[in-house]
This record gives sequence, structure tokens and C-alpha cells, in this order.
Amino acid sequence: MSEITQEQVTQQSDPYLSRFEALEKEGERGGPSWVFPIRKAGISRFAELGFPTIKHEDWRFTNIRPITELPFLPVLEPSRETISEAALNRFAFAGLEAHRLVFVDGFLAPDLCQIESLPEGAIVGSLAEQLKKESKEVKDHFAGQINGEENAFTALNTAFFQDGAFIYLPKGTVMEKPIHLLFISTGSERGMTTHPRNLIIAEPHSELKLVESYAGLNDIPYLTNAVTESVIADEAHVEHCKLQNEPGEAFHMASLYSHQGRSSRFHFHPIAMGAHISRNTIRTTLDGEGLECVLNGLYLTYGKQLADNYMTVDHAKPHGESHEYFNGVMDEKSHGVFHGRILVRPHSQKTDAKQTNKNILLSGNAVVNAKPQLEIYADDVKCTHGATCGQLSDDAIFYLRARGLNYPTARRMLTHAFAGEIVERIRMDTVREELDRLVWDRLEQMPRLAQTAE
Amino acid sequence: MLEIKDLKAGVEGTSILEGVNLSVKAGEVHAIMGPNGSGKSTLAQILAGRDGYEVTGGSATFEGKDLLELEPDERAKEGLFLAFQYPVEIPGVNSSYFLKAALNEVRKHRGEPEMDAVEFLQFVKEKMKLLDLREDFLKRPVNEGFSGGEKKRNEIFQMAVLQPKLAILDETDSGLDIDALKVVSSGVNRLKSQDNAQLIITHYQRLLNYIVPDYVHVLYQGQIIRSGGKDLALELEEKGYDWINEERSQPA
Amino acid sequence: MSKASETIDSFVNREYSYGFVTDVEQDSAPPGLNEDIIRFISKKKEEPDFMVDWRLRAYRYWRTLEVPTWAKVYFPPIDFQSIVYYSAPKQRGEGPQSLDDVDPKLLETYEKLGIPLKEQERLAGVAVDAVFDSVSVGTTFQDKLAEQGIIFCSISEALQNHPELVEKYIGTVVPYTDNFFASLNSAVFTDGSFCYIPKGVKCPMELSTYFRINAANTGQFERTLIVAEEGSSVSYLEGCTAPQRDENQLHAAVVELLALDDAQIKYSTVQNWYPGDEEGKGGIYNFVTKRGLCKGRNSKISWTQVETGSAITWKYPSCVLVGDNSVGEFYSVALTNKYQQADTGTKMTHIGKNTRSTVVSKGISAGHGQNSYRGLVKFNKNADNARNFSQCDSLLIGDQSGAHTFPYIEGRNPTTSVEHEATTSKIGEDQIFYCNQRGISTQDAVNMIVNGYCKEVFQQLPMEFAVEAQKLLGVSLEGSVG
Repeated sequence: MSEITQEQVTQQSDPYLSRFEALEKEGERGGPSWVFPIRKAGISRFAELGFPTIKHEDWRFTNIRPITELPFLPVLEPSRETISEAALNRFAFAGLEAHRLVFVDGFLAPDLCQIESLPEGAIVGSLAEQLKKESKEVKDHFAGQINGEENAFTALNTAFFQDGAFIYLPKGTVMEKPIHLLFISTGSERGMTTHPRNLIIAEPHSELKLVESYAGLNDIPYLTNAVTESVIADEAHVEHCKLQNEPGEAFHMASLYSHQGRSSRFHFHPIAMGAHISRNTIRTTLDGEGLECVLNGLYLTYGKQLADNYMTVDHAKPHGESHEYFNGVMDEKSHGVFHGRILVRPHSQKTDAKQTNKNILLSGNAVVNAKPQLEIYADDVKCTHGATCGQLSDDAIFYLRARGLNYPTARRMLTHAFAGEIVERIRMDTVREELDRLVWDRLEQMPRLAQTAE
Repeated sequence: MLEIKDLKAGVEGTSILEGVNLSVKAGEVHAIMGPNGSGKSTLAQILAGRDGYEVTGGSATFEGKDLLELEPDERAKEGLFLAFQYPVEIPGVNSSYFLKAALNEVRKHRGEPEMDAVEFLQFVKEKMKLLDLREDFLKRPVNEGFSGGEKKRNEIFQMAVLQPKLAILDETDSGLDIDALKVVSSGVNRLKSQDNAQLIITHYQRLLNYIVPDYVHVLYQGQIIRSGGKDLALELEEKGYDWINEERSQPA
Repeated sequence: MSKASETIDSFVNREYSYGFVTDVEQDSAPPGLNEDIIRFISKKKEEPDFMVDWRLRAYRYWRTLEVPTWAKVYFPPIDFQSIVYYSAPKQRGEGPQSLDDVDPKLLETYEKLGIPLKEQERLAGVAVDAVFDSVSVGTTFQDKLAEQGIIFCSISEALQNHPELVEKYIGTVVPYTDNFFASLNSAVFTDGSFCYIPKGVKCPMELSTYFRINAANTGQFERTLIVAEEGSSVSYLEGCTAPQRDENQLHAAVVELLALDDAQIKYSTVQNWYPGDEEGKGGIYNFVTKRGLCKGRNSKISWTQVETGSAITWKYPSCVLVGDNSVGEFYSVALTNKYQQADTGTKMTHIGKNTRSTVVSKGISAGHGQNSYRGLVKFNKNADNARNFSQCDSLLIGDQSGAHTFPYIEGRNPTTSVEHEATTSKIGEDQIFYCNQRGISTQDAVNMIVNGYCKEVFQQLPMEFAVEAQKLLGVSLEGSVG
């Protein structure tokens, strides 16, 4: 697919390779010895793939040149900058009643964390530490889902990651309180790159509520390149909300790999509001019967932002149910991208898959690209997808105006309702309420919606 | 007309019918009643030849022919009609085309000439009045977008057109309001003659206020445990199925 | 296996009934492609100079390209040097003056295909241009059409009799730089049809081209150009078949449609090239570029296709909606069975204001067939109030086949709206049983259900083709009632 020549790859990836060689010599930074071969595989994969260009089908609408043009400065040691506990309050979900892990520039900041009594056997902590312990769970699952992955950013993360969250729920454990992972980038330098790496394991019959949020202190071009692997065992339930609210000059690349077992339930709500260019890659493997997977995302962009949502839902077993709902609102010169692929493998009979992508363009300079795809190899399935792109319904606007609302108010109200379709699907009450406010505020910042006259 | 002897059947190893005996003669109306899960609908499906059921014993003959040996469409052509409990939607296939094809299959089988479009249209319009159906009905795809009541009326309308010898009405009353029930039952009653027979399958006695059976049978746990006249239905309505069950469990 | 699936199997495994070979002496170019071959073709056809220059430019450009790989079809590399680029039945003496002088063997071929060309047997109301391998063997009703100023002839004839029209329009909708196969076609196209409908004329009959590949190892590269002047309208049909051979044969056609103000073009295709055998051996590789340009205000171009043949179909009849209020339509039925692969769909590019497009695609996958819908709906910045509706359905028959949908939507204007819906389903056993219970055999039930599924598309076809299309799908024509 990619038409990049080998030469280009080498040129492009050179600073990355030489940085890796340096890392290799530093020993300690590379983590425990069993991890090193995995890192090495990551850097070779990255060298093989190179950064994607728009000639690559999976990236044809998202030009990441501004990222590749940055100096590559991976953060390999904890920041000296300290953040006071009080300063956390400026970030979303800081006041949420939750177990909280705070990462500064990709490293766990223990002073800022707040973990109260956990159920027996449950672990919520630093992945780096767990890797050192070499527990069976970590060894079994770490980097277990990224084989053959085509995404160069994932490979880069595998090569350079330092820390991230490790969550482990033993069999039957129900976490009542959500877990909040807060990732703060100091953005101290142009090109600064963090590689958060999370591993989440929910054993059979366990229940997890998770909130993951990303923010930054300085508005300069830095890169967050995060990878999360989730293992959701039989009958486990996981609800996961991700808020990307990086500063406007920053770049955010995140990939989620999830593997679901029989009768499990996974609800994922990625909300993208920040960053200059952001991409959320999701790959879920539905590897058991009777399971349910809901991907429910929202992207709100203005200025010159680009928000890309890329996902593959892989129905590997019969009787699986998946739903994707993605809504986007684009203003000014911003750009929304949706790429959803439903794959139904042979013998995955009785699959029920639905995909909906809806977009609203508020400005004549905004762009949306939608690519909803079905790839089906089993004959007894129910698969549908729908995509719409356009404006708010004239009928609805007229209805509101007929009730005495002016045009800008009607438009704001309907846009909010449009975003609300996604927010309402979040089941964690406190998270939903806070997010609803954030979305409202964000929409109020959209220049077109802020207009009080037509 | 229909002779069922010791019919045993099930699905995927689970036994549902455990020796059903029933004899229906021309001119008769039989009702089969029973609680949910007693095997009523299974009996109807097996008589019509639905795939997926396994007949493990006994026999069913229709006009002297071994019914169980015939393909579903052959049974239909012989004059056995099933009014479905849940009529399926067939998108894009218009009702008139569907029905004309079905009618001509049946007519060919009976050695009668096929009807052309004009004859067919005249013929069905008469029948439509019987069920109080609107003209545009024929142009709509089979059952697609029909309300529950329309689907059931469509079943009886098809019965009127195809003029079967034996009509099996599988829970035709379910999901009908009282007005629709009246229309449907009056249609059924007008189709009754000395030469045909009807087998009404129902959970409730309600339908039998409008279609009065000659015989009532109670199917319970895969067997007909009691037969009687139309009063049996009233008795069941009053006392419930538990009554028979209790009576039965007491030693004779 | 249930009775239903058995009959579905027999439905899927119908024989290809157009697989015979006509035994005529051929006048062919040696296999391979170079500038000399292109000059040879051009000379054979006694073309004006501009044409050979254009062909050579296309060829030189083509050499810089590579076979596209983005479609979801798999085939071994094509050796473009082993293909014969020109093959025609040998002419006796001066060549036929009228259709009745054409080699009886050729006339017989078309008769066997159901397309009588002889004066007394012609299909009333349909003018036919019959293309056999690389040349047109004749066109019916030319005189009658000429009375109204309509030009309908082979493109070779047009190059001789109306070179100024061909020069003005060829390559304006599909430039030779468009894609690999369009470039190849531009270099080596041998024949095809040309239609020109003058201002204000409503073409009184259906125009039709019937393409037949006969010779072995030969590629067919036809090029069709239809121009509808202001206020005119035309309905054009295209049919195709080929003999049954073990080798794959390449067919790379280009069709260009141009509609000016208030003009309408309706283009229908029933494609039934040889699909290959049970094991997937042989069959035509069908790589076609079709595009319509709605240049004028209120113009309309409508594509209808029934694709049942070919081992590989790679085809995206498209509309470029430039004129304000112009309308593009695409209706498609694509059936793949055995080992056939189809990657087909459309591109609707909205440029003008208030432009409208409709896409209805019905894929049927049976046997080991793989069927993909690939489409693009694009709204440019100035396409105020443009609308698109797309409906892409897939029907799966049997569990060895695949159905895929790859729509692309691009919006750049906040006043537009696009709605895309797609579903995948199979023929329900309960639907078949319901029909059975009313006395209809399983075979008839399957035909009926498939026919019902494709109805929206068949309704778009002119009557003669609707019959053909339904027969092709093994479906009896749905009743004259209702």
C-alpha cells in the first residue's frame, strides 16, 4: 500500500533509530532485560514501516508531516518540574471521586496519586514497576496484541515507552469507584515526546470503570504517543472513557488494543477536543460468544485542528454484538476524519454489528472525511452502517425558531444535543455530568456557535 | 382428511411432541388449545413441513397421502394451508405477484388452467372485500411494513385466494384488537364449507367466541390430554390450564 | 444441508450459455505492445493524425504507471506483452457496404446472442452497434437516426466522418492520464460507439452497443463517447459476452459521457463476460473506466449496471456534477459466484450548487464470490445545498462468499447533506419456507426473493434489458400485474 521508498524510510526514521541505539547503551532506561527484546522488535517494526504518508490508505486524510518535522526528543527520565496538588484542579476530572494515578511527562508522580483501599488482589499502579516484578499476568499480556500491527506509532511507543498505568482486577472483583488516569505533559520543549503505555487486565466477572485524560501545561508542539492494551476476560465488564484535551499546538496519537472474551462487555468513549492533530486508533478483537462492544466517540474541532478516529472491530467469534457511534462537529478550517472497519470473519455467524457516523460542518472551510466499511465473510449476520454529513436539520431549526428562539440559539441548542447523543451513553454518572459541562463549554468556544447573530 | 397417529417429534434431541393423535374430517372445525410450550406451534410447523424438526415416530396422512414424505410446497399444493403466527416479510416482492404465482402453482397441481393477470385481478378483488383490505394492498411487498393486524388479515386473505382443503390457523388471534379479530374470524367463517376443514391453534378461548369449533383438544406437554366439544374451551377459560393438570395428576 | 441451500447451490452453479466460439478468419496484430503496434492500429483504422499522436502520448504516459493495487481483487500479474491488441474478422474484398453484406457467420453469432442485425429481424425501437473483438461489424438504424441529426456509429467511423467532433470531446471527461487502465485504453482502443445528440433532440429509440470478445489471447479495448447537446436526451444500452476459455482475457474499456445544459443521458449495462469455471479458471478481467460529466445546468446522467459476468470486475461509473442543479445516479446489481471478484461502485463529485446524487447498490455474493462496493461521495466547497443519498445492500448466499462495503465520504461545505446506509443480510430460511407453504418451489422462491431484492435497480433498466437482466439472474420477470 505505502509507496514510500526504503530510502525515505531510512531518512525519516534515522533520528529515531540513533536515539534508540543510545537508549540501548543506557541499559537501565530500557527496563528489565525481558522487555528489551520487545523494544527491539518495536524499533525494527518502526524502521520497517516508517512514518505513514497520505499515500497510505489508512492515513490518506491525515497528514502527519508536522509531527515528523519536529525534533525527536523522547522523555526518558522524570521531569524536574513539580506540579503541586492544588495545580491539578485545573484539569478535567481532578475533582472526580476516584482512585487517581497522575503521570507527568509519562512518568508516575506518586505524590500526586490518590489510591485508597483497593479490593483484595487488585493492582492499580505503575507499569514500569510491574514489568520489573515479572509477574505472570504482565508477561502473558504485555505487548500481546500488537503483533503485525501496521501502525508505526505503536511500534515507536513499544521502543521508547517508560511508564504508564497497570491495572489488574482479579476474578470477580468489582471496582465501585472509577479509576482516573491523568496524563500531564509539561511541554517544556518543542518536539518533546512522551510514550505512555498502559496495560489493563480485567479477569473473569470483574468490573472496571476507567477514565483516562490527557492535558498539557504549555501550548507548544509536543507529542503524546500513547498505547493502551486491554484484556477483558469472560464476563468481565469494562467502561472506559478517554478525554483528549491537549493544548492546541500539541499532537496526540493514541492506540487502544482490546481483546474481549465470552459474554464480556466493553464500552469505550473516546472524546477528542484538543491538539493540533490527533488520532485515536482502536482495534478490538471480539474473541468470544455473546459479548458486547460499544465504541462511542465524539470529536469537536475548530481552528486548524484535525481529529482522526480510526477503528477496526474484529468479530472473530459468532454471536457478537458491536455498535459504533461517532459524532463530529467541525468549525473554521478544522478537519474531522472517521475510518471505521467492521470485519466479520468466516464462521462468526449471528454477528450483530452497527456503525453510525454523523458529522456537522459549521463552516465553509471545515472538512470531513468518513470511511465506514464493512468486510463480511459470514452469511448469517446483521450488519449495517450509516454515515451522514451536513448541517443541522432545517426542520428542527425552524421548529425552535417557531417557538421564539433566534437562529444562533437554535443552532447552539441543536449542536449541543447532537454532541449530547454521545455523552448520554456514558453510564458513569459523575463522569457523564462533568463531560457534559466540558462539551458544552467547548461548543461555546466554537466561533460559529459563539456568534449571536446569523 | 387429516389423520395423525402417535406423532412424536422434537428439535435437536429435545422431545416436544410425545405421541399426538388427531383425526380431522371434511366439514369440521377443530381447536387445539394449550399453554405456552405445550407443542401447539410445533405441531403446526411439522404439519406444514418446516425444516429443523425431527419426527421420531408415528405418522401423519393427509387425504390418504403420507404427509411427512412431502416437501413443504407439495403439501401446500395438496391443499394444506398454514396461517403463520409470525408472517415473514419479503422485501421487494409485491403481494399480487406473489399470490398469483402461488395460486397458479396450486391450480396447475389441481389440473386447472392458470389464471392470467386480468382474471386474477378480478378474482382477488372479490376476496379482498371479504377481509376489508384496501386496493393498494396488492402493490405492497409481501408483509413488508404491515402492522400486526394487517399481516394476520393478509394470511386469511391468502387462504381465501388459495382455497385450501385444510387450513391451520396458528395463533391467528395473537396481537389482534377486537375489531381486527372480528374481521379475521368472519373471513374464516365465510370460507368454511362441507368440503374443507379448519384446525385452529390458540392459547385463549377468545377467538373461539367468533369461530365456533366442533371439537376442542387440549395439548399439554406434547400430548392431547383431553378432547371435547366447544364447552371445553369455556371450561378452560374459567378454570385455567392448571385445572386439567391437577385433575390429571390425581389417580383415576 | 437443507433443501433450500441445495437449490441455492444449483442457482449459483448455472451454466454460462454464451461460451461458444465463432470460427472466422482473424486479422490480428502480433502480441505485445510498443509504439509500432499503436501506429499499426491507428493505420488499420485510417485515423487522422491527431489521433495517433494522442495515442502515443497516452502510451508514453502509461509506461510510467503501475497496475493499481488498492481494489479488493486478487489476480496474478498481467503480462501486457503477451496480449494481442488488435484482432478483427478478416474482410473479404472491399468490406461490407451494408449490414446485410456482413459475413453470415458474424450475423449468426449475434443472432445466437439474441441480437438480430438483419434488416427484417431487427429489434424495433433499438439501434444496435455490434462490436466483434476490435471492430464494429455494423450499426442498425443509422439512416433513420440521421434524419434528426443524431450520429450513432462506431468510433472508427466517427473518426473518419466527424473527426472534429471526436477531437473536440475525446479525453475531456476521462483524460488519458486518469488511471492505469484508462491510459492503456487511450493508447490502444480499437473500437466502440460514438453518439452525438444535437441540441433539443430527444433520441426516438434506444441506442445500444453489443460487445463480443471472440478471439483468444486478445484484449478488448473499446472506447465509447456520448455527447448530449443542450436540451437533448438519450438512453443507451450496452451488453457484453465472451467465449468460454481457460485463459484470462483483458477487457479495459473507457466510456465518456458529456451532458450540456438540460441534457439527459441514461446509460445501462448488462455485463455478462465469461466469469470463469467452477474452479475459478479463465474468465475476463474487466477493468473499466466510466465517467459522466454533467457540465450543463440541470443536466442529468444516470448509470444503471447489472454485473453478472467477468472473473474480475473493477469498475466505478461516476458522475462529475459541475452544472448547478445537475443530477447523478448510480444503480447497480453485482452478482459474484464461483470464484468471481467484483470491486465496483461509483464516485459522485458535487461541484455545482444544488446538485443531487443517488446511489443504490445491490451486491449478491454466492459460491466463493467476493463482492465489494467502493464509492466516493465528495462535496466541494462551492456545492451549496448539494445532496446525496446512498444505499448499499449486500445479500449473501452460502457461507463461502464475502460482501464488503468501502464508502468514502468527503464534505467541504456546511450546507450539504449526505446519507449513507448499508446492510448485509442473507436469504432467510423462513422466507423460503413461507413461499413453500404457499405452494411455491424453493427455486422459484429464491428467484423471487433475489428479484425483489434487486427490484429498485431493475426498474431503472429499459424494458428489453430488464427482461434480459432478470433472466441472467435466473429470475423470472415479475408479473405484469401491480
